[in-house]
Amino acid sequence: MKIIKTAVSAALAAAVSFSAQAAEVEVLHWWTSGGEAASAAELKRMLEERGHTWKDFAVAGGGGESAMTVLKTRVVSGNAPTAAQIKGPSIQEWGDEGVLADIDELAEAEGWDDLLPEVVAEAMKYDGHYVAVPVNVHRVNWLWSNPEVFEKAGAELPTTWDEFFVAADKIKAAGFTALAHGGQPWQDATTFEAVALGVGGTDFYTKAFVDLDADALSGETMVKVLETYRKTRQYTDAGAPGRDWNLATAMVINGEAAMQIMGDWAKGEFTAAGKVPGKDYVCSAAPGTLDAFTFNIDSFVMFALDGEDASEGQADLASTILSPAFQEVFNLNKGSIPARLNLPMDKFDDCAKLSGADFVATAETGKLVPSMAHGMSTFSSVQGAIFDVVTEFYNDESISAEAAARKMLSAVQSAQ
Amino acid sequence: MSRSKFDPQVWLPKLVLAPTMLITLVFIYGFVAWNAYLSFSKSRMLPRYDWAGLQQYERLFSNDRWWVAAQNLFIFGALFIVFCLIVGLLLAIFLDQRIRIEGAIRTVYLYPMALSFVVTGTAWKWMLNPELGLQKLLRDWGFENFTFDWLVNPDMAIYTVVIAGVWQSSGFVMALFLAGMRGIDDSIVKAAQVDGATLPTIYRRIILPNLGPVLFSALIVLTHIAIKSFDLIVALTGGGPGFSTDVPATFVYAYAFTRGQIGVGSAASMMMLMAVVAIIIPYLYSELREKRA
Amino acid sequence: MSSRTAGAGMHPGWRVLTYAILLVAALYYLLPLFVMLNTSLKSLAEIRSGNLLSLPQDPSLAAWSKAWGSACTGISCDGVKGYFWNSVKITVPAVLISTMVGAINGYVLSKWRFRGSNLFFGMLLVGTMLPFQVVLLPMARTLGELGLAGTVSGLIMVHVIYGIAFTTLFFRNFYIGVPDDLVRAARIDGAGFWRIFFRIMLPMSLPIIMVSLIWQMTQIWNDFLFGVVYSSGDAQPITVALNNLVNSTTGVKEYNVDMAAAIIAALPTLLVYVLAGSYFVRGMTAGAVKG
Repeated sequence: MKIIKTAVSAALAAAVSFSAQAAEVEVLHWWTSGGEAASAAELKRMLEERGHTWKDFAVAGGGGESAMTVLKTRVVSGNAPTAAQIKGPSIQEWGDEGVLADIDELAEAEGWDDLLPEVVAEAMKYDGHYVAVPVNVHRVNWLWSNPEVFEKAGAELPTTWDEFFVAADKIKAAGFTALAHGGQPWQDATTFEAVALGVGGTDFYTKAFVDLDADALSGETMVKVLETYRKTRQYTDAGAPGRDWNLATAMVINGEAAMQIMGDWAKGEFTAAGKVPGKDYVCSAAPGTLDAFTFNIDSFVMFALDGEDASEGQADLASTILSPAFQEVFNLNKGSIPARLNLPMDKFDDCAKLSGADFVATAETGKLVPSMAHGMSTFSSVQGAIFDVVTEFYNDESISAEAAARKMLSAVQSAQ
Repeated sequence: MSRSKFDPQVWLPKLVLAPTMLITLVFIYGFVAWNAYLSFSKSRMLPRYDWAGLQQYERLFSNDRWWVAAQNLFIFGALFIVFCLIVGLLLAIFLDQRIRIEGAIRTVYLYPMALSFVVTGTAWKWMLNPELGLQKLLRDWGFENFTFDWLVNPDMAIYTVVIAGVWQSSGFVMALFLAGMRGIDDSIVKAAQVDGATLPTIYRRIILPNLGPVLFSALIVLTHIAIKSFDLIVALTGGGPGFSTDVPATFVYAYAFTRGQIGVGSAASMMMLMAVVAIIIPYLYSELREKRA
Repeated sequence: MSSRTAGAGMHPGWRVLTYAILLVAALYYLLPLFVMLNTSLKSLAEIRSGNLLSLPQDPSLAAWSKAWGSACTGISCDGVKGYFWNSVKITVPAVLISTMVGAINGYVLSKWRFRGSNLFFGMLLVGTMLPFQVVLLPMARTLGELGLAGTVSGLIMVHVIYGIAFTTLFFRNFYIGVPDDLVRAARIDGAGFWRIFFRIMLPMSLPIIMVSLIWQMTQIWNDFLFGVVYSSGDAQPITVALNNLVNSTTGVKEYNVDMAAAIIAALPTLLVYVLAGSYFVRGMTAGAVKG
């Protein structure tokens, strides 16, 4: 077998030459466009200043779905990248597989425990060791709205879900699309979790989507949440299914639609269109979630690799990512807020400042919750199971909310 | 021709075939066996080898989405194959009438086969989207009540997948049938004409019955395309709305790679493989029998 | 091998109808390509305001040059041109090797049958039906063991392995139609295994070689799944680059650039079909379709 292996590889190597370089930093990410790509390029530049070579490894598509496939095959082939864009409980899943490298040495030297908010620090650790470095904190429970449309329709910006439907009726009657939406499972789930938080409150949210408590998942509150959630569908347009989120944002920008529920990455679209927050568009917490904060933290996880060079590269990568300079540039581009505490926010806009203040405040009141829709609260298998139920219920009017709640419980249990 | 063991004519063919045999054993059957083992394991994020019995199959069978996917494969597969055959055969018959620009038309029918849905997916999505494509177009032209929203309707979306699928593959089926028709001995047709047979009669009585083997090849190729359909679904609907257009190939991909449930994904792909075997056995049977004769 | 002579006796009305049906069908097949081409020539503003079929007011090739040379795929903004050549580097060897192996296999399986060769052929056929999702992980492991993970050579190997089943099928079915007497006579004249293959079989194989080349080229050039998982960084094929370009997660969607890039990615296979499509049909006639 060995001989065959050698022969095969030799023959193929002879057929086409391939090159391999040592001491390079290969980072798997799916930031392929706009401000994100610019930020990644900035990271590359900073890392090259420290004497490393950057091997770009971008795989776009489906919010990282293709990237995860690639990552798995790479790890299985024993050819893991230096670091990969992985977040939330998935970090624990990868940790369980025993393929991650720790960066405790750097974390200790730089004092990460004091530098990072506790929630963030905890998410970056596996078994008490730092295995990942946070890039940013996104707030997901935002409502983006176009004040001009509200004015034309004579509607008020809603702060509860009841108000939302009152406003939405007026907007619809005035001939606009009330809620800009893209019917993809993750977007369906983004709206769903905002409704769950707004209608059910943070305790319910945590019980259902973090503790996966059976009563919360199938109980009365969930039924009410589901009913409210499906009601929002009447206020979307016929072109919604399959639409990309940024096109939905464009509807709010162009004044075709009044509102969109989306994370703060949507801000990049408004900025790119030359719109000013507070004037051309308004960012506010999703209805009923004023004092709560659904977070989504992007992070890079380090993989166990052979060689001193590799771990040096990882330490430098992590250190660069957490450096104030990069945190500022990156988050200004991406619409999120820095992952480390006490950075000056004066270059940021009002939405980001609000987000930053709320992040600190909610961390103290305990109303800071991980985003289910963005894989921060459960393993991907459970998240997928919830997505299936939510998106099926949303699209199929024949399923009752009670039935969907029961289904949610059984789907979550079987995925665990 | 006496041959000894050392005659190269005896061992050479086997030697020449040996690498392919080895590759087939390892890269097809070895991998299938490995996959079968995983379907009985507790694998989640990455492959693991601890035994789980039939647990993953139980999970699979109690999963609504799997049944939707399986049902979709039957609906899509059946419609896709039938329409490709009908459209392909009709176009082949029409093209067989000494058409002046046959070469050009044939190329037009055949070219979709050259393109992947990674390339044409966006265009298809637009054309089928009610707010952008055909519905908007016809409404703009004054047909206010024209409605074509299958793509966004969970009950109908799978049919739009059929439309795009037929677009891609029916030209190929046309080429197969046309090739089959051209392969039929002209003298038989001429004799029938001399006997005064009309054109429809000639097709019904002589040409179509002779297309049996072609039909069979077309069926095999189409079945293969239907079962493997992945790009098509991903590009056109992404499995949505909801998961109403999910098929086994996308289901396997989602579970094995996106969701970290490799065990369930493997169990699902074993079910797919069994379907494949069920289809290919009759083909093999006919192949082997032909050679015995 | 010619059209039905009966066509001559057809009523002129039917003839018009035949042409009408053929042309309507042609429109159906051309529509997506037209939409892509049309969109690629428009400006973004025009795409937003007009409909899919409205012709560009001010056709421009700007989107094309951007797609080729300066569109961003990941953090590099050099367009798809580099990836185009990657695809060439992957496709050419993989198509040639798999066709060559298929030809020899088909020759053995049709003219040098031995006990078990039919069974083997059957087993190989199952390979044509294998859903590729099944092989992604074990293949990754194997490539890793061979030291070929993330290399162009590894990707070529994968394409060759899963292409052989089809190419063997094509050649075997073609060679089955070649009279055995021809081979027998050559053997009596003292010709050996290779001599018969190179002097007798190969020269008559042009139609089926074309079928195999076209088929394999289409499959490999258009492949996304293997390309995305078994290649890395700068070695990615054009389908992966196209995906990165089109599936951008944020930012303004430049549909004209997307469409231009898509057509660029499709050009080689399109060209092959246009130029060699008739060989495809001829090759099929010559044997590949004989069940």
